[in-house]
Amino acid sequence: MEQNVIIELKNISVAFGDNQVLKDLNLSIRDKEFITLLGPSGCGKTTTLRIIAGFMHPDEGDVIFEGKKINSIPPHKRHVNTIFQRYALFPHLNVYENVAFGLRIKKMPEKQIKEKVEEMLSIVNLKGFNKRSINSLSGGQQQRVAIARALAVDPKVLLLDEPLGALDLKLRKDMQVELKNIQQRLGITFIYVTHDQEEALSMSDTVVVMDGGVIQQIGTPIDIYNEPKNAFVADFIGESNIIDGIMREDYSVDFSGNNFKCLDSGFAKNEAVDVVVRPEDVDIVSPEKGMLTGIVTSVTFKGVHFEIIVDIKGFKWMIQTTDFHPEGVEIGLFIEPDAIHIMKKSEYSGMFGDYSSFSEEFDELSVLDEEAE
Amino acid sequence: MRNQSALRSKLVSSPYILWAILFIIAPMIFVVYYSFTTASGDFTLDNIKFLSKYLPTFLRSIWFGIVATLICLLIAFPTSYIISQKSDKMQRTLILLVMLPMWMSFLIRTYSWMAILQDTGLINSFLIKIGIDPVHMINTGGAVILGMVYNFLPYMIMPIYSVMAKLDFSMIEACQDLGGNKINVIRRCIIPLSMPGIVSGITMVFVPSVSTFYISQKLGGGSFDLIGDVIERQFQQSYNYNLGASLSLVLMILILVCMAVMNRFSGDEGEMVI
Ligand SMILES: Nc1ncnc2c1ncn2[C@@H]1O[C@H](COP(=O)(O)OP(=O)(O)OP(=O)(O)O)[C@@H](O)[C@H]1O
Ligand SMILES: [Mg+2]
Repeated sequence: MEQNVIIELKNISVAFGDNQVLKDLNLSIRDKEFITLLGPSGCGKTTTLRIIAGFMHPDEGDVIFEGKKINSIPPHKRHVNTIFQRYALFPHLNVYENVAFGLRIKKMPEKQIKEKVEEMLSIVNLKGFNKRSINSLSGGQQQRVAIARALAVDPKVLLLDEPLGALDLKLRKDMQVELKNIQQRLGITFIYVTHDQEEALSMSDTVVVMDGGVIQQIGTPIDIYNEPKNAFVADFIGESNIIDGIMREDYSVDFSGNNFKCLDSGFAKNEAVDVVVRPEDVDIVSPEKGMLTGIVTSVTFKGVHFEIIVDIKGFKWMIQTTDFHPEGVEIGLFIEPDAIHIMKKSEYSGMFGDYSSFSEEFDELSVLDEEAE
Repeated sequence: MRNQSALRSKLVSSPYILWAILFIIAPMIFVVYYSFTTASGDFTLDNIKFLSKYLPTFLRSIWFGIVATLICLLIAFPTSYIISQKSDKMQRTLILLVMLPMWMSFLIRTYSWMAILQDTGLINSFLIKIGIDPVHMINTGGAVILGMVYNFLPYMIMPIYSVMAKLDFSMIEACQDLGGNKINVIRRCIIPLSMPGIVSGITMVFVPSVSTFYISQKLGGGSFDLIGDVIERQFQQSYNYNLGASLSLVLMILILVCMAVMNRFSGDEGEMVI
């Protein structure tokens, strides 16, 4: 595993004035892997990419490429190419010339340039667009030109900064599949940035969850989803009910006034923990049969399932079910041991995973967004 | 409805149309009319035929105009780039400094240069003081071109700067990302993206340089007559409006031709735009 590491970030720290943007970040990226940096806006994803590309220099720490320290190598000498957050295509050049740009700098013979550009345009499905001006292209087409332009120079690593952020949902889904195909076909390392957790889970080999300039967890999509390390990760990746619990002993946890069997071990006796139960892992049964009982306080139809909020001893749970349960009805919950995931307490404990303020939380977020703008 | 709004738009635009007729179209018609008539108003081609006598002056004007424009461009391009990379506040200050000389009268500026360049002027007295032989500067072609560059430089800096200030920095990063070193960044990115500013800067310097009449008299000492001087004399001294008009007409045509050639040239640079 160690041998095929292509990029390593070691103890990277960056600050803009008082704003510490990256804190002692460590990350190894394997050759040919699809790795995604996932995190909320402002967590330092773009900054991390810019350090790898060479547009920024870390205040502390080293960037290692194929075993060599490249801190002081300028961007144009790095075998790394970027798809910029807003594409940064050259408006004074047409599609063909945009894709040929890097090849012309390399002084490649005209004939080879032509072959390469045609090849790239066919990879991104833009055959016949050679003469079109950039401004006459749709967002999705510009996106493809940006990909072709970066791929044309045969990068070893491609950095993609929220490449699908500006596209509509349908196009985004198509492009996700296409990007993944291109990555596998060409065998290039992709370092992908997104704040869309679904996109991260469906495309990546490895997901790096970041918050506040700190890596919260690194793992495969399945690991990240099933075994989040803390309340932030559990909440950011999918929906989670996060309840205070106490680990009685290995494989036994107390929460919501009841004792549950679980699959987790290795905690101290009576250690306070965060318990995660995913909304889709809860079975609804009649109140008599339930391990917990509660009153349905709201029901939302989501297409595939209903999303219901259940009040259990003052804590609001979110549960996804395909059966309709009207508001005000009492239901029982049945939770299998493998539906329970135990996390150590962290700085994020108590901040996430309670749906009592579901709608208010949403309002608050939109207020924050407005302030940010 | 439609008629009404068409009428309104006509009414709204009428002052501008009137303005254009009064100050642009009418003078042009007069110029053309005078060019092809004698003092008594009869049709003639003599004025035009007479022009061949001024061919060297025309050529000199164009040559000086080209040199001055090129020097302005060479100075203005890096200056504009440096200014555009400063903080907003610094940019405002520097642009103010660029414009500052324009607040002074054109005549005063040219006179000051006379005082500086004269054989007993500022520079030469300094040279003599430090024991170097004085250099003859006033009344040379170089002095005339210096005067043009000094006076028209702001007209080159302003349009180039305003394009560069809006330049998307991610373009430059994209160029570096694709392997471009500093020279590539300038040649393949900054120059083509600033082309609109460069073209209008060249126009705004070349046109007044070619047609200027005062600078050459004061700094050239009469031995570097430019076409503007000749035209001025026709109106001010010889009272030969017809010859003056035909000179103006030809100058106008020459400038248009030069601009067309240049646009063509810059069009080649940006041909990939299509
Ligand atoms: N040039 C800069 N000067 C000052 N602060 C900066 C600069 N660039 C980034 N920052 C700050 O660094 C932090 C991280 O920024 P970064 O662009 O890496 O976030 P991000 O994770 O890419 O966010 P997003 O998802 O919104 O693109 C932010 O708080 C941002 O305000
Ligand atoms: Mg970003």
